[in-house]
Amino acid sequence: MALIIDHNKALSSSPLKVSAPLGAALAFMGMRGCLPMFHGSQGCTAFALVMMVRHFREAIPLQTTAMNEISTILGGMDQVEQGLLNIARRARPEMIGLISTALTETRGEDMGGDVRAIRARNRELADIAVIDVSAPDFAGSLETGWGKAVTAIIRQLVRPAGGKAALNRVNLLPGCHLTPGDVEALKDIVAGFGLEAVVLPDLSDSLDGHVPESYMPTTLGGTGTADVGEMGRSRLTIAVGEHMRIAAKTLEDRTGVPFVVLDRVTGLEAVDRLMVCLSSVAGVPVPARQRRARSQLVDAMLDGHFYFAGRRIAIAGEPSLVWTMGRLVADLGATIAAAVTTRTQPLLADLPAERVIVGDFEDMEDQILEAGGCDLIIANSNARQVSTRHGIPLFRAGFPVFDRLGAAHMVGAGYGGTRDLITGLGNILMESPGHAPDTEHVHDHAAAAAG
Amino acid sequence: MLKRKIQELMTEPGCAINRAKSDTDRRKGCGTSLVPGAAAGGCAFDGAKIALQPITDVVHLVHGPIACEGNSWDGRNSWSSGSSLYRRGFTTDLGNLDIVQGGERKLYKAIRQAIKRHQPAAVFVYQTCVGALIGDDVDAVCRAAAQRLGTPVIPINAPGFAGSKNLGNRLGGDALFEHVIGTVEPDDAGPCDINILGEYNVAGELDQFRPLLGRLGIRLRASITGDSRYRDVAAAHTARANMVLCSQALVTLARRMEEKWGIPYFEGSFYGISDTSEALRAIARMLVGRGAESTLIQRTEDLIAEEEARAWARLAPYKARLAGRKVLLYTGGVKSWSVIQALQEVGMEVVGSSVRKATEADRIKALERLGGDEDKLADAITPRDMYAMFKDGKADMMLSGGRSQFVALKARTPWIDINQERHHGYAAYDGMVELVRQIDLSINNPIWARVRAPAPWEES
Repeated sequence: MALIIDHNKALSSSPLKVSAPLGAALAFMGMRGCLPMFHGSQGCTAFALVMMVRHFREAIPLQTTAMNEISTILGGMDQVEQGLLNIARRARPEMIGLISTALTETRGEDMGGDVRAIRARNRELADIAVIDVSAPDFAGSLETGWGKAVTAIIRQLVRPAGGKAALNRVNLLPGCHLTPGDVEALKDIVAGFGLEAVVLPDLSDSLDGHVPESYMPTTLGGTGTADVGEMGRSRLTIAVGEHMRIAAKTLEDRTGVPFVVLDRVTGLEAVDRLMVCLSSVAGVPVPARQRRARSQLVDAMLDGHFYFAGRRIAIAGEPSLVWTMGRLVADLGATIAAAVTTRTQPLLADLPAERVIVGDFEDMEDQILEAGGCDLIIANSNARQVSTRHGIPLFRAGFPVFDRLGAAHMVGAGYGGTRDLITGLGNILMESPGHAPDTEHVHDHAAAAAG
Repeated sequence: MLKRKIQELMTEPGCAINRAKSDTDRRKGCGTSLVPGAAAGGCAFDGAKIALQPITDVVHLVHGPIACEGNSWDGRNSWSSGSSLYRRGFTTDLGNLDIVQGGERKLYKAIRQAIKRHQPAAVFVYQTCVGALIGDDVDAVCRAAAQRLGTPVIPINAPGFAGSKNLGNRLGGDALFEHVIGTVEPDDAGPCDINILGEYNVAGELDQFRPLLGRLGIRLRASITGDSRYRDVAAAHTARANMVLCSQALVTLARRMEEKWGIPYFEGSFYGISDTSEALRAIARMLVGRGAESTLIQRTEDLIAEEEARAWARLAPYKARLAGRKVLLYTGGVKSWSVIQALQEVGMEVVGSSVRKATEADRIKALERLGGDEDKLADAITPRDMYAMFKDGKADMMLSGGRSQFVALKARTPWIDINQERHHGYAAYDGMVELVRQIDLSINNPIWARVRAPAPWEES
């Protein structure tokens, strides 16, 4: 049991948190033919865009209403209207995600009402789904914005089944801690049960790093509005990550499709739960391929646990990432030396750690120093300064990862993903001499040096 | 107050673009109106941060919600030879309650905590849209904090909605003029001290020309702001000459330093071989004019002759490998013309150069170097047209900034970053040789043939 501590500090040093509108924009990246737009000053867009470009190494379609001093005083409806029309003319998108920011929310704009009025008087927008999302920067973090965007898409696009027969489908609502590679792995798993997955949003079809045959001003792929509209005809909704609960519940309220929230899809018993769930929906036994993959994971745990046992690991990230990684390393015998996250998430109280701090990388550094050092940091690239200062290896996970290749393809989901993740972490632990004074490794090295 | 300042900055008499305008156009100022749904680029806050963050021993504290700092910190490739404090991100991370109650007390506490923990040379406090909207008086908080805490606390009043990134650069320069420069009197001011304005030490470029200055006995008092220390910037008023790089960003600061402290300035560039030589000559002339030994001029010529010969000799081997290759330059400003000469010298054909963000003088120079071919001067090229240029073989490679990189890469075309995210220094003589080396490594990389070949099951 961990104590969740939020000091509500005046000074955030080396921030861990990124903003909610960025999370919302990221969700829209998984929608087909989409071009999201921030309703804010143009810097809001520039920063979010650059961060996503650096992480995915892909062009990111993201626009701005370019609020200025005058429109901030008078109200931004004209800016929204001009922005929507400009995007419609230039990019001909299937969907526009309109995301508020701290600037327009502090002003108190009624964006939803404005959009309705704008659509009523502009026929050019008739064929474009315009989804408005309220996601001010001053509330929550990446997960918050992602969850709000998915919920808004469901509210504005999903139709009740209306008596139509259920399709052989499950809805998959992946949390923002899952990479395009994770989503791809989950789709494969679902397909193995003879089911089709409608994924909302599907980053694995847009930000998986592929080379399209022609120039596209919008997202390169993703889930289409028609498929979203039919989500009411699926048999079950599987949400991954606590921050997807509201979206799953909203979908159930609108359509009656029941849902389960899986806290994670990494780790032996977590993936077991996913398999049982899919098997009962599909009415078929777990496929031989997954049984084999499970056996491989068990073997990887047997081979790998030596290198985790007794090692001290610091983890920082969004709640879902801290939970997923924390449970994984703890289940292999490691100790959580520091756990730092971006916002209070009650589930984290069940983490086998002394405390979980809502804070920043300075908090993580202080925790590590207080613990007398640690063997490994699991966090995004912004932990690199702490890693360098103390000579502690950094396993990059979460968002953003801008100083490594392949952030989109790091897979930790499913039996196979868990196996690869254990391998990746285990190899670093095997190589690093160990900063915790009482580990066996230090003895080994000391003995070798003496001999 | 901010409004008047912006008006002043946007009608800068020292700016070449502005001088070339008609009276009516000039009165309108240079704030281009941003088009919703079709705008690109950073805000004024971003610009101020870019201009000032390279000061290494300072806490750069952002007073705003998490987006402004959380989404951007430690993102610029500005190097330091000393403190790494500037690489940490600091913000008040304004939340719901702060918006309701006001954030001034939180800001004061944040400043106090930052000083206590890091003992910085100064704290720079950046105002943002939200801080401004809820009426937080950053100037007053900074004044009170500086008085009580005994460390300089400098307000940077450039909220995002004030305008473009370029305006932010200028507001950043303005803050240095108002609050920093002239506040420290050094005991070692000499006749060969200069400042360089608008150089951010991206990828360590300072060290491609600082040693050249050193060989001539010229001391860089302050680089504003790449790899600088607070005290050096504060003592910048004692330099004898100012060189302005990237003229549109900090020319106002140069003009005001001339008015207040009599420091003459010129606009120059360290990109390109002959431009580097011109810059060195101009520095030498200016220093001699202000009392440095007259032998400096001849010594400068000797150094130029030696370095130019060395650079051209090092470029010679690339001719065979690069001759006839077609390159698109998409950058703007001084780089729209300054690198053309070196590319042509190794036999490359510059098929186009973008003159966005360039002055009329930049345009003329670019045109001259492109043999007077107006068609090769482009303003902005849409991504769609750019993609077509590569697909149709009109350009073999592109030199540009990160924003357009995927247009080239997705068209399976070599690309090199020559803007702010670049990882190699391209300044002065060594830098130009490095640029050509990087072009060779890129355009002659074996991957291009591989990635362009169709899969066996596709028709070629």
